[in-house]
Amino acid sequence: MTLKPVVNDPQGLAVTQGLHALGYPEVLGTRVGKHIQLTLTARDRQGAESRVEEMCRRLLCNGVIEDFHFQVAEVGA
Amino acid sequence: MTWRCGIAVFPGTWSERDCAHWVELAGGEPVMLWHAERELKGADLVILPGGFAHGDYLRTGAIARFAPLMAAVRDHALAGGPVLGICNGFQILCEAQLLPGALLRNSCLQFRCQSTHLRVEVTRGPFLSGLEAGRVLEMPISHGEGRYYAPPDQLLELEAHGQVALRYCGPSGELGEEYNPNGSLQHIAGVMNREGNVLGMMPHPERACEPLLGSEDGLHLLRAALAVVGAS
Repeated sequence: MTLKPVVNDPQGLAVTQGLHALGYPEVLGTRVGKHIQLTLTARDRQGAESRVEEMCRRLLCNGVIEDFHFQVAEVGA
Repeated sequence: MTWRCGIAVFPGTWSERDCAHWVELAGGEPVMLWHAERELKGADLVILPGGFAHGDYLRTGAIARFAPLMAAVRDHALAGGPVLGICNGFQILCEAQLLPGALLRNSCLQFRCQSTHLRVEVTRGPFLSGLEAGRVLEMPISHGEGRYYAPPDQLLELEAHGQVALRYCGPSGELGEEYNPNGSLQHIAGVMNREGNVLGMMPHPERACEPLLGSEDGLHLLRAALAVVGAS
């Protein structure tokens, strides 16, 4: 989950300033987001993807301010 | 007749007792509504108080909006019943899409607990109908995530439909970045739905309800709403 590009991210600005203070002037910008790891059962990859997409839209992400992307990987039984 | 004011209580709500005191001072009868309940116990008006419902996990208000109680609050709101969300309650109403926009981390990154001046922008809806436009109210804020945001086109719509209810301002009603405590777009402190019966605001009217607290301005909102409830 990341804030949409048009949404001001003061946390990101603060992190950029911190990195500059530590001697990394090459940092031009920082966007702070959220990482969520889900473990779920699914019949196949497509099924998992459509369920996760729905979860993102309904709860995990607020579409007014955030964008999301996700990856699905098999972890075995 | 004493009008019943339902006060929603989620795990982590912290302002419900202050709200009950405020309701009593305004002449109403407070009724606590636990989040797991499915009905409003005959409440004429519903208040969603401040706090950290469900620990603010994921996002402020994101989990609270699925509480069984919120289905009843939604029905009440859609039927035109008065609903007021204060601070965390405002965040919950936005997540529940009963109000437009979202509330983000303060631009200063600090939790701000201070007195603020608010300019009344519109005088429709149950909570502001007793006031005059341009009037300046004084109430405290107490939040870390109160920066109002709505996409540019939606912001234009809000202004066009008179949904911007309150703005942070100076003591005489003047607008300026120095009076905006959290970086809210257009200095917005409170918004209402198109119909005007649902109001969300970050400042705390329940903490401005007697001289000891430095301001009684918070009483105006509730007295106005109770008068509307009584007349309907």
